[in-house]
Amino acid sequence: MAGSPLARKDTAAAAGEAAPLLRVSGISVRFGGIVALDNLSFDIAAGQIVGLIGPNGAGKTTLFNCLSRLYPFTGGDITFAGTSLSAVPRHRIAGLGIARTFQNLALFRSLSVFDNILLGRHCRSGSGFLANALRPPRIAHEEEDAAQRVAGLVRFLGLDALAAAPVAAMPFGTQKRVELGRALASEPRLLLLDEPASGLNHEEVDALATLITEIRDRLHVTILLVEHHMSLVMRVSDKVVALDFGRKIADGPPAAVRQDPEVVRAYLGTGPATAAAGAGR
Amino acid sequence: MAALPTDSATARRNQWLGLALVVLLAAVLPFFLSNYRVFQLTLVLAYAIVLLGLNMLTGYNGQISLGHGAFYAIGAYTAAILMDKFGVPYWLTLPAAAAVCLVAGFLFGLPALRLEGLYLALATFALGVALPQLLKYKHFEHWTGGVQGIVIIKPDAPFGLPVNADQWLYLFTLGVAALMFILGVNLLRGRIGRALVAIRDQPIAAEAMGVDISLYKALTFGVSAMYTGVGGALGAIAVQFVAPDSFTIFLSIAFLVGIVVGGLASVSGAIYGALFIQFVPNIADQISKAAPWAIYGVFLIACMFLMPGGIAQVVGGAWQRLRRKPGKSV
Ligand SMILES: Nc1ncnc2c1ncn2[C@@H]1O[C@H](COP(=O)(O)OP(=O)(O)OP(=O)(O)O)[C@@H](O)[C@H]1O
Ligand SMILES: [Mg+2]
Repeated sequence: MAGSPLARKDTAAAAGEAAPLLRVSGISVRFGGIVALDNLSFDIAAGQIVGLIGPNGAGKTTLFNCLSRLYPFTGGDITFAGTSLSAVPRHRIAGLGIARTFQNLALFRSLSVFDNILLGRHCRSGSGFLANALRPPRIAHEEEDAAQRVAGLVRFLGLDALAAAPVAAMPFGTQKRVELGRALASEPRLLLLDEPASGLNHEEVDALATLITEIRDRLHVTILLVEHHMSLVMRVSDKVVALDFGRKIADGPPAAVRQDPEVVRAYLGTGPATAAAGAGR
Repeated sequence: MAALPTDSATARRNQWLGLALVVLLAAVLPFFLSNYRVFQLTLVLAYAIVLLGLNMLTGYNGQISLGHGAFYAIGAYTAAILMDKFGVPYWLTLPAAAAVCLVAGFLFGLPALRLEGLYLALATFALGVALPQLLKYKHFEHWTGGVQGIVIIKPDAPFGLPVNADQWLYLFTLGVAALMFILGVNLLRGRIGRALVAIRDQPIAAEAMGVDISLYKALTFGVSAMYTGVGGALGAIAVQFVAPDSFTIFLSIAFLVGIVVGGLASVSGAIYGALFIQFVPNIADQISKAAPWAIYGVFLIACMFLMPGGIAQVVGGAWQRLRRKPGKSV
């Protein structure tokens, strides 16, 4: 249970191990009578892929929303690269290096695929209204540079053929990929993926697994992955954190978490736990 | 809804060339028209600046304003008071009107941040109905001229240029409009324009991408009011007269009609919209002296049905087809 990983973390700290990239320590979130997160703590080390699992309503998206500062949390704190997030306004999160995708998509519907991804670069410039209206060469270069980087990303994600098309016309899976591109465009250090595999078929999930590992290995991005698709999580994650009713019930290597009796019980209590069947909602 | 101004380098060069051509054509136009027509076209240019500003706010950023007539009036009175009471040359009143309206719009935009959709529409409506009355207020009368308003003198052409006063004012207004449009297109086609649309489409994601929504919305209100104020100042100089009754709530509604008919979130739509609000009431009047507004209403409804994306979309579509045809046959 929650006791043992905490103890492990303490000894690690005592041994002088490098500070984690993200540290969630003892945060809680309540909505009226519902406890969406209950004294949650866990760490993510730089370079890790961490899977976050749990039945529907376990609080996974709520945690993302805390990291985006959309929801206020009580109790402890979240620190990212040593900075406490509680004092950071929402619009500065991306600039700090945390990017996310949304479970139910939040794209800019009237913009093209390309422009949606370009928006991800907003936080990488500080140019204001006046500078943009006058558009000196500095701004023009900045725009060209942004467009070039986005063109690279579009190729990396295999969206070349769709770049100019309006994003609203795309199928769900493609839109999820555009969101991934938009998040990557901000050059994050930590990438939060909320159910990237939903709406994908078997081969596409395979390709996604490869893509997620590539993002970590080639772009050096640390990843927190929320997914119901158990085989995907188990395949790519270095460690898995399991939630149930906002409480952490397991935290450790994928193989160990999969067999954890509490995890098995949590999934049996609400639906099938095994492999891809867990994706059904 | 129309997309952001297109981006490829050649497309952009063509756009600027097109704009230069339009400006050139517009510059020779007054030499073939009566002074009255030239005066009307001067107003079209002033309105086009207003509509570009309102379109930034409503079309691109999604904040509805039913009160932009107020900023138009503030711009107009700033110009009139400076010229009449302080002897400021007409061209210097434009930066003053711009600055006053930028600040006024920003300050109005700050509390308006809490309002969305129809509530914002009501708040701006309140501004639009309140301002003409304030202009009549007794204690401001020394400045505003009260109900009588202020008469201003039409500027003559400088440097002994061989053009009459109407032609000169038209050319001057054309120059200002071209400048305002260039700045506006720059603003809208880059990082800021994308952020404005992002806020309209999906504010939560926009903020997650690093857009400071409150600041951008308030600044957009300011810039929009600034454009409107410059249009108002130019309009006042062209009409040579300001009075509270010229700036009723109907003017605000006409501006909103202009951006919708011209094309929401489209730069060229501002010009089409300006032509509409200047000429359609006249045409309606010529068709029926008895019920001009009924004719106007018919025009408006026909526009909505035939061109739901605005005139800009229809013109843009036709232009694309024209240009693609020769390419396809090769
Ligand atoms: N804005 C909100 N207002 C009220 N309750 C909320 C809100 N957001 C989440 N909740 C509640 O908090 C709990 C956790 O929800 P959350 O969306 O975090 O679950 P999840 O683990 O992401 O589930 P799923 O797998 O279905 O996406 C649920 O009971 C949910 O109803
Ligand atoms: Mg969720």
